[in-house]
Amino acid sequence: MHKRVTFNNKLLPYLLLAPQLAVTLIFFVWPAFQAVEQSVLVQDAFGLSTKFVWLQNFKNLFADPNYLASFQVTVVFSIAVAGFGLAFALLLAAMADRVVRGATGYTTLLIWPYAVAPAVAGALWSFLFDPTVGEVTHLLGFFGINWNYLLNGNQALCLVVLAASWNQISYNFLFFLAGLQSIPRSLIEAAAIDGAGPGRRFWTIMFPLLSPTGFFLLTVNVVYAFFGTFGIIDIMTKGGPAQSTEILVYKVYSDSFRALDLGGSAAQSVILMFIVMVLTVVQFRYIERRVHY
Amino acid sequence: MVENRPWVTVFSHLVLIVGVVIVAFPIYMAFIASTHSLATILQGRVPLLPGSHFWENYSTVLGQGIGSASSPPVLTMLFNSLVMALSICIGKIVISIIAAYAIVYFQFPLRMTCFWLIFITLMLPVEVRILPTYKVVADLGLIDSYAGLTIPLIASATATFLFRQFFLSVPEELAEAARIDGAGPVRFFVDILLPLSRTSIAALFVIQFIYGWNQYLWPLLITTKQSYYTVVMGISRLVNVVDVAPNWNLIMATALLAMLPPVVVVIGMQRWFVKGLVETEK
Repeated sequence: MHKRVTFNNKLLPYLLLAPQLAVTLIFFVWPAFQAVEQSVLVQDAFGLSTKFVWLQNFKNLFADPNYLASFQVTVVFSIAVAGFGLAFALLLAAMADRVVRGATGYTTLLIWPYAVAPAVAGALWSFLFDPTVGEVTHLLGFFGINWNYLLNGNQALCLVVLAASWNQISYNFLFFLAGLQSIPRSLIEAAAIDGAGPGRRFWTIMFPLLSPTGFFLLTVNVVYAFFGTFGIIDIMTKGGPAQSTEILVYKVYSDSFRALDLGGSAAQSVILMFIVMVLTVVQFRYIERRVHY
Repeated sequence: MVENRPWVTVFSHLVLIVGVVIVAFPIYMAFIASTHSLATILQGRVPLLPGSHFWENYSTVLGQGIGSASSPPVLTMLFNSLVMALSICIGKIVISIIAAYAIVYFQFPLRMTCFWLIFITLMLPVEVRILPTYKVVADLGLIDSYAGLTIPLIASATATFLFRQFFLSVPEELAEAARIDGAGPVRFFVDILLPLSRTSIAALFVIQFIYGWNQYLWPLLITTKQSYYTVVMGISRLVNVVDVAPNWNLIMATALLAMLPPVVVVIGMQRWFVKGLVETEK
């Protein structure tokens, strides 16, 4: 954890830590603490008095069909984003791992979506799928599909999933490629000598050995779908139509800044904090395991 | 390559090419749209080849902004984004590297408490604690200021961990030798540790620059004056116009300008970026 040889100085370490700790305490810990405090209080309509209500705000939330619907949307959304994004990235990484020539070139051509902001990605995809001028909308119309994501909830959900997994593709691709390239070549050669073809080798050797990477990416993608996709949702659908794309993070935002429901939104924040905490612990437990791998 | 199967290789290339095309398609269409006039686009079918309005569209968004969406010129927004991205990224690197140095190279009471406090920030993304953080920033009078845009986002557990990990891998003998030669902690840090950390710093620069540039929700909350808009959040003002058709050609031009700097950084520093990304998150 620290060095055997350390410097003796009473004041200096605190000075070095001061900026980081100050920002953490003022802008992270204090607001989080306030959210917890606010979540057990109820304020009257004029903001004049507040009352301590124990877990009433949480009870209200879980009795609220809108909140439960938002929970459900979030679960479907994150499974779809993680599943779709990981499968596509794994396919590309497996192919890039096979080709000898041009692998770096393909990497360059595939890494740049990482640099595109979710909000910008949202703008690009909503142009492609725009109900009146979108290029893909015309194509779908040709196949007899009437595309209008502004009215159809399922189509809206598909579209945000598409944009969100597109945005995350480079990240998944880079990790899968690194994972594939760290598999010892001797294992693959041995299997080839024993007569296993490329497909067989992939499913029986490479895929199982890739499972730690896959599991890590799964948590990262779920965290991304939960919290990183705010910009996509806000630009493309604003949670609509009829809340069919209103994920939890978006609901916190619209409840705090539009509906100004303080207690309720604070309770939602607390629930989200709990979810991040669980996901972070899962992620770090996995890292500990991999160290002993 | 373990065996010679030309068809499998051809197939791999084919899949990769299709993948690259799918990934690049939205950008291509955005570029096409940004070179046409709005009238051409609203005819109902976006052409597949570039048009002749490239200079017109780009000079309009860069210099004037889009009137109907009351957005400031993109040049102003790009400048704000640059200030925000650079301050966040340099700030994060500086305060994280000195914090990691304190944690690794000093023995002092409450060391582990400090470490866990920093760790906690990992669990509290802005999106989760929006309203209370907004209140703190408002109480401090930081709305509509560069300080408000950057300082609340400057704490970084990721960067601190990366530097801590790296410092732990630096041989003990270096610090020993430095101490025997009479170097104090500051001297050791500046003359030995900092030059050794160059690669980690470069990798973090890319990752954090993109993080800062791509912030969306935070500037959306913190800025009310147009002169502080960043380009990524400015897009939301363009898309959400009421009662008129969106100016798709100008929106796409703005979107391309908004993604250009981070894409250039990622591709230009690809080597460090890939290394840093795969190692940071381990």
